[in-house]
Amino acid sequence: MQFGIFTVSDITQDPTTGRTPTEAERIRAVLAIATKAEEVGLDVFALGEHHNPPFFSSSPTTTLAYIAAQTSSLQLSTATTLITTNDPVKIAEDYAMLQHLAGGRVDLTLGRGNTGPVYPWFGQDIRNGIELAVENYALLRRLWAEDVVDWQGKFRTPLQGFTSTPRPLDGVAPFVWHGSIRSPQIAEQAAYYGDGFFHNHIFWPPEHTQKMVEFYRKRYEHYGHGSADQAIVGLGGQFFMRKNSQDAVREFRPYFDNAPVYGHGPSLEDFSSQTPLTVGSPQQVIERTLGFRDYVGDYQRQLFLIDHAGLPLKTVLEQLDLLGEEVVPVLRREFAALKPAHVPDAPTHASRVAAAGGPKDVTVSAAADDVTGQVAEQVREEVEAR
Amino acid sequence: MSPQDGSTRTIAVVSAGLSTPSSTRLLADRLTSATVAALRNRGISATVEVVELREHARDLADNLLTGFANGPLRSAVDTVTGADAVLAVTPIFSASYSGLFKTFFDVLDKDALVGTPVLMGATAGTARHSLALEHALRPLFAYLRATVVPTAVFAASEDWAGGDGGLADRVDRAAGELADLVAGRPPAAPVDPFAAPTSSFEDLLRGT
Repeated sequence: MQFGIFTVSDITQDPTTGRTPTEAERIRAVLAIATKAEEVGLDVFALGEHHNPPFFSSSPTTTLAYIAAQTSSLQLSTATTLITTNDPVKIAEDYAMLQHLAGGRVDLTLGRGNTGPVYPWFGQDIRNGIELAVENYALLRRLWAEDVVDWQGKFRTPLQGFTSTPRPLDGVAPFVWHGSIRSPQIAEQAAYYGDGFFHNHIFWPPEHTQKMVEFYRKRYEHYGHGSADQAIVGLGGQFFMRKNSQDAVREFRPYFDNAPVYGHGPSLEDFSSQTPLTVGSPQQVIERTLGFRDYVGDYQRQLFLIDHAGLPLKTVLEQLDLLGEEVVPVLRREFAALKPAHVPDAPTHASRVAAAGGPKDVTVSAAADDVTGQVAEQVREEVEAR
Repeated sequence: MSPQDGSTRTIAVVSAGLSTPSSTRLLADRLTSATVAALRNRGISATVEVVELREHARDLADNLLTGFANGPLRSAVDTVTGADAVLAVTPIFSASYSGLFKTFFDVLDKDALVGTPVLMGATAGTARHSLALEHALRPLFAYLRATVVPTAVFAASEDWAGGDGGLADRVDRAAGELADLVAGRPPAAPVDPFAAPTSSFEDLLRGT
């Protein structure tokens, strides 16, 4: 089972000091958090994508490429990549490139994005969210699977004889997770393709997560990818830990009370009982997290949100120390002991290459270049002839 | 004997009164009794579930911020959206429904009450507020595409004072209209978006 962290890249005022970090500070902080994640023995770092303040992460592949160069084993993912407002051609290119740079340590989690104003900035409409996710992902798969793509759809300019470069590393596309809080259609999409399903598991009650995951598992089996308990499930989650649980509650409360998403609403205690949020000792985090398995079954990836709501870098790094030293080793051991042998681990580039019969060089070289060159030359000749 | 003889329906009563006892709840109870009686006359027995919004005031504010209904509010929402008919009764504040009343309908899925028979009621200190039912509540339920009965029941302070304002007649007329609607429909079936996909993924791919 993989353990890691995900960040949404929010730049939020620290409510205890009144100070808001600069973009430059927050960007450096997230890089420090990512490299620290590897140091303390975590498996995954995932980065969100946003196109509006107070977030900085408009360009996740740039950031992840830098992190890839600073780390050696950390799996790099997204939380989430906007399949609705990004051009699927650019996603195919960017993430194939990132996979080459990272030596096969990349997967991605696709999401629709729920910020209405972002859609028109990219020429789209939030009311088409599901349709965009369906059409764009179908194209993305073809761009990675086929060297030359002819394509026509509803939302994007048609493609004729298009080759997305670089071709996928070793001839195998990055593994894809589909993230959705409440849309059964997205769980259906993940199941249809045999991809992973990731539930945010932060903002809603566990009963809801359970329904989404159960539905995905049932449909995964329906589409013939394996039994329901072999479907690939990832969960989010959030905690704040101190050795002494009262210290954790006292320190985290102002951050909770002023958090951008749920602040000024339910009390810390209510939200902790209604959602998977755990504020307490490492032992409490261990117990709560092991309990996730009771309602989603054996799952493959657990990511935690730990750096939001204005928490200072120093505090986040202390959270990572506790996570790496006291929590994850126990979770690894306990989850592994519970997991039946027929339940797979999260797919990695290595496991997917092995399943495909070994690495293949799929470089599209001279032939396609010649075609492109000839067309361009012909056009130029025609223009010059006039 | 009506064809519905022996069948049972659920009536959800949403009351946004704030005091105890409240005249809003009093009107809700009058409408409830009249509706149960009218259904009985049509051979239908009814189960009544009352949702007092006052008890969910904080839950509703939390829902606005968190985006989900907590446990107690979830039960209330499920009760209302799963009912065969809804009695919705609010005090009139500042020429319209109360904020608490509106918040409850704000947190429902926009399709949750499509086609559901609804009877609207309102209370206020003076009859000069009575058309708030028509200019505020009726458009709200039109937006939700609920099926609202033609008679909406307004009760001002003077109606409770025993004045001959015809309140009892209006209650009975409205209840009869609601009972006719309920009797003409099959019992509400639970809607579970996770039970089975509404369309196959191939349909989604084809954009149908």
